[in-house]
Amino acid sequence: MIQAENLDVTFGRGKHAVHAVRNVSFQVAEGESFGLVGESGSGKSTVVRALCGLNPNWTGRVTIAGRIMAARRDKAFFKLVQMVFQDPYGSLHPRHTVDRILSEPIAIHRLGEVDRRVSRALDEVGLGPSFRYRYPHQLSGGQRQRVAVARALILEPRILLLDEPTSALDVSVQAEVLNLLQRLKRERELTYILVSHNLAVVAHMCARLAVMNHGRIVEELSVEQLRSATPSERYTQQLLTASLGYDRAAVDRFEDFAAEA
Amino acid sequence: MTEGPLLAVEDLHVDFATPKGLVEAVRGVSFSLGREKLGIVGESGSGKSVTGRAILRLVRPPGRVRADRLEFDGIDLLSASERVMRDIRGERISMVMQDPKFSLNPVITVGRQIAEAYRIHGKVSRRETKRKALEMLKAVRIRDPERVYHAYPHEVSGGMGQRIMIAMMLIPDPDILIADEPTSALDVTVQLQVLAILDDLVTQRGLGLIFISHDLSLVASFCDRVLIMYAGRVMEICNAKELAQARHPYTRGLLNCLPQVDAGGRVELPVLDRDPAWLEHGL
Repeated sequence: MIQAENLDVTFGRGKHAVHAVRNVSFQVAEGESFGLVGESGSGKSTVVRALCGLNPNWTGRVTIAGRIMAARRDKAFFKLVQMVFQDPYGSLHPRHTVDRILSEPIAIHRLGEVDRRVSRALDEVGLGPSFRYRYPHQLSGGQRQRVAVARALILEPRILLLDEPTSALDVSVQAEVLNLLQRLKRERELTYILVSHNLAVVAHMCARLAVMNHGRIVEELSVEQLRSATPSERYTQQLLTASLGYDRAAVDRFEDFAAEA
Repeated sequence: MTEGPLLAVEDLHVDFATPKGLVEAVRGVSFSLGREKLGIVGESGSGKSVTGRAILRLVRPPGRVRADRLEFDGIDLLSASERVMRDIRGERISMVMQDPKFSLNPVITVGRQIAEAYRIHGKVSRRETKRKALEMLKAVRIRDPERVYHAYPHEVSGGMGQRIMIAMMLIPDPDILIADEPTSALDVTVQLQVLAILDDLVTQRGLGLIFISHDLSLVASFCDRVLIMYAGRVMEICNAKELAQARHPYTRGLLNCLPQVDAGGRVELPVLDRDPAWLEHGL
């Protein structure tokens, strides 16, 4: 479904250039959930932003649903691929009602049946009709993220790119949103790419994941390998140890992986 | 200081009069703190941060603080004069906030800010101040203290910024450190490194640490005791090691809804059902 080959993203020019993504290749099959894990600055968000056309300055070869992607994406592309962002406070227009937020993609794509589609989308993400004419500030963080998921789903895409969809939420709300995403994936046979710094979230949602550090994929592994704690790279091992909680002795063994170029 | 708790809090209430009525942020919280790591855990809006601020009397009007007892080293913090409080804040009880970006002054170099924290609490020479500042930067494991000393806050990373904040707070050698989500904005490995610094301070200097966080599993592995808050009340206080056997349904709910690396995975996560009775009965 999704193939990235030798993906490279650079920001800026000359000596100020930042090489954010270096030679990244991976494949995601249809109906699969693929996780991208890494610490801040590892390039994981940049990868998905390049995939969905938000970063035009990439090189390499990206094939999505059999089509080779150019820097500019057409309308049909966005009917196929949608994205959910981390911050539900920043990604919804503060002066638009939920109704308008959800109607806009329908109008742009001239799908018609606005009323039916909006109410169905709200229903699917577990928000009742009473939420339809509210503004984002009248919603909690979890409710906003549900609206963001509804907006992504309203065009009935086949691929969802999820960039830290639950890291701004309380754990109990995170559980609800993760369950929602799992259910929608089952019902609609969606393909997910999930970006997260949280190994537990990725292990819960995905069957396969890639660990990124400094713009490169350090290692690609299955969740079973992660669970049995047999990653082959030291970096992944350290990340796994760190995500299991505080251990004074383990901290002293931490290595700095920042230095390598 | 002698034995006994460093800090005693009994029946603490904080409420805010708003145009929409009284908001009771903290409703009858009691605990004591010794030379240990006490975690305060709760979701957003549970009153955990307000509790931390109330101890230092940093809750501003229209917020109101009352308690049966709020005592630190024999000093009644509620009736203490503003002058006494100024001597306590920073010097004896200090606080580290969540985001170094907002806690550091962006137009003053890191070194000068740390130096200010030191000089304000006693007359010392300029050279001595700098020596002490560099020593503290080293103590929080900043590798190139000389460079960081002359750097502006935007020139250092988030993890370093947080370590700088901690260095600044520790210079006066306080008895209690209140850390309000000090590591939430950091990557996991950096987070644990910062925690290790705090941990060593508790064991080496006998610091009392109040660690406020939303991350129950992290607190469970880091702290000695955990206080679980919900809607301004204490649901449960337990030893961190025994958290897995916690009895309160809220604590259990919080633990259960966390995804686990080593669990079965890809099944439904249990969702937390909130019992309205929790609002009425705290511990």
